[in-house]
Amino acid sequence: MEFLVITLIKLALITFIFMTTLAYLQWVERKVIAHVQVRMGPSRVGPHGLLQPLADVIKLITKEGVLPPHVNAGYYLLAPFLAVFMALISISIIPFGTGIDIPAMTFGGKTFGPYHTMMELASVNMGVLMILAVSSMGVYGIALAGWSSNNKYALLGGLRSSAQMISYELPMSLAIASPLLMAGTLQLRGIADSQAGFYLGFVPKWAIFQMPAPQIFAFIIFMISAFAETNRIPFDLPEAENELVAGFHVEYSSMTFASFFMAEYANMVTVCSVGTLLFLGGWQPLWPAALGSNFVAPAIFLGAGLICLYHGLNPARPFDRYTLPVFAVVFFGLAGLMAFPPLVPVLTPLFWFLAKVGFLLFVFIWIRATLPRFRYDQLMSFAWKFLFPAALLNLLVTGFLVALVS
Amino acid sequence: MDLFFFSLFAFIALICAVNVVLQKHPISSALSLVGVMGSLAVLYLLLGAEFVAMAQVIVYAGAVMVLFIFVIMLLNAGIEEHRGRSWIAKLLGFPAFVALLGLLCWFVQRFFPNTGFVKFGDFTGGGAQEIGYALFTEYLLPFEVTSVLILIAIIGAIVLARKELD
Amino acid sequence: MDPSQALEMLKNGVPTSWYLTLSALLFSIGVAGFMIRRNIITVFMCIELMLNAVNLSFIAFAHQHKQVSGHLFTFFVMVVAAAEAAVGLAIILTVFKNRSTLNIDEINTLKN
Repeated sequence: MEFLVITLIKLALITFIFMTTLAYLQWVERKVIAHVQVRMGPSRVGPHGLLQPLADVIKLITKEGVLPPHVNAGYYLLAPFLAVFMALISISIIPFGTGIDIPAMTFGGKTFGPYHTMMELASVNMGVLMILAVSSMGVYGIALAGWSSNNKYALLGGLRSSAQMISYELPMSLAIASPLLMAGTLQLRGIADSQAGFYLGFVPKWAIFQMPAPQIFAFIIFMISAFAETNRIPFDLPEAENELVAGFHVEYSSMTFASFFMAEYANMVTVCSVGTLLFLGGWQPLWPAALGSNFVAPAIFLGAGLICLYHGLNPARPFDRYTLPVFAVVFFGLAGLMAFPPLVPVLTPLFWFLAKVGFLLFVFIWIRATLPRFRYDQLMSFAWKFLFPAALLNLLVTGFLVALVS
Repeated sequence: MDLFFFSLFAFIALICAVNVVLQKHPISSALSLVGVMGSLAVLYLLLGAEFVAMAQVIVYAGAVMVLFIFVIMLLNAGIEEHRGRSWIAKLLGFPAFVALLGLLCWFVQRFFPNTGFVKFGDFTGGGAQEIGYALFTEYLLPFEVTSVLILIAIIGAIVLARKELD
Repeated sequence: MDPSQALEMLKNGVPTSWYLTLSALLFSIGVAGFMIRRNIITVFMCIELMLNAVNLSFIAFAHQHKQVSGHLFTFFVMVVAAAEAAVGLAIILTVFKNRSTLNIDEINTLKN
């Protein structure tokens, strides 16, 4: 019973936070690309465009969902549902922090607790394999959308995506396999825990630095395949605007259209979380707590707050005078929370995990703003002639070194 | 709980399997087959075969069936044209098939009356560690032969695809 | 089956023979599809269905005997199925290119 209640609470919290993150990722992406290209980005709806996601959601919900007469209606409606479902299901097995101890509380004479729970929805023995399985099912949404739309551009998008996903799944699986050799477990929490500790007192034992076989190449291969698996630039061939109009979702509108975007962002978050857990040590800090890594989070929020305060006092735009001090107060509050001693063991790992995921997401957006799209034959020969042999070689070397040491 | 999950997913598997045969369009058949594979994966989990369940989803549902769908989309295969068959076949085929299924069920139940019971958690030897250990000790030769088989399949597929290009 | 027996079964789980029955049913449905369908891709899918049905038997027997060997047979069947799908679909593509039909009744000569 306790388990059920705690799980339901966690479920509600994670769903709420994850959905909000997905909506705001769009805002972050538009802002970052705008600043890379020396523009302003969304700035009309709310201060600094912060209410833009809300406006977008309202717009998408209230728009008319058009069902074109020439589509295969059943599969046409099933496809976005499938895409979102497969994208959201994998977030439920990703651990994002250490355990939480909830002290015993007394309400009206009844004592509840104390409880101990882990920061994840479900702990699966085969966590890594399950992520791979679910992500390999995600292609059905796209392929089905392309086929059922009964449109040549959509069909080409669907074809491209199914071939691309199958091709890039191989190097991705091989790249994932090599850190598994060192961790010796398939459980995501176990993998993250196996990367705790430091060499020489300051070099973290993350998989990309871990002896005997640093997985830096595996990480790069993983990230490249991740771009292809999530259909992001430079591998967004299935939805290339200037070749295929919009690829597999050209016939979609309103919420069905939004579902594909939601699925794409959810996949991005998942793949970044998996990369963090497998290669970047999950919630392990960049340097030991003895050297002050616990103060990074408060320091960053304090700095952000001070910058906001400074710009609020010297406003560049009239409304900055009111909005930026509010942000400053929020940041100061977060800094205080991060520095509050009883919360440090809970919030600091969470901060490190989210910081790493956020950094990887930033890399995704950064590359979108920087690189052009591949040609289709280049995409395929890159996967089969370079990425796949490289991943295989890396796995071989890792296996050899691990066997040599043990 | 075991009975509930078994009944649910066995039912889904049967419905989807019948659908594979009855659907006229290859895409519908393929998606039904994915349904069969997914429910079989759940049944594998109930039988304690974690690794095989995940491999089932990754290999079958995630790779083989995607390949099928890819080919169906590539060839733009349409609805199968209906060819007239003899009326005797139509009249007798279905009842005979149902009778055969009934006979088969009776046969299995008759010859395996005292099999054990499947309870979730009874058998935990299906993890990656056990499979890997057995694969590289007892079944090393088949495993190596499998790699040769895959190599042959790759070369065969490439040769066939090359021929198509010429 | 009397109610007390059924109640006992609910406690113990599901008999292994039920899994075997399910496997047999799926296999028969696959055979039936193999015989009555005309589209070569669907026929191929029915073969996959049969392979899956056999896999279920293997896993059920592995559970019955508490041995991991059944899982390995399933694993090998999967590998063979994957290889078969790659070659088979390549053949189907070539056939379609030469005959422009997927109907197996019309693909009945070795030479064009």
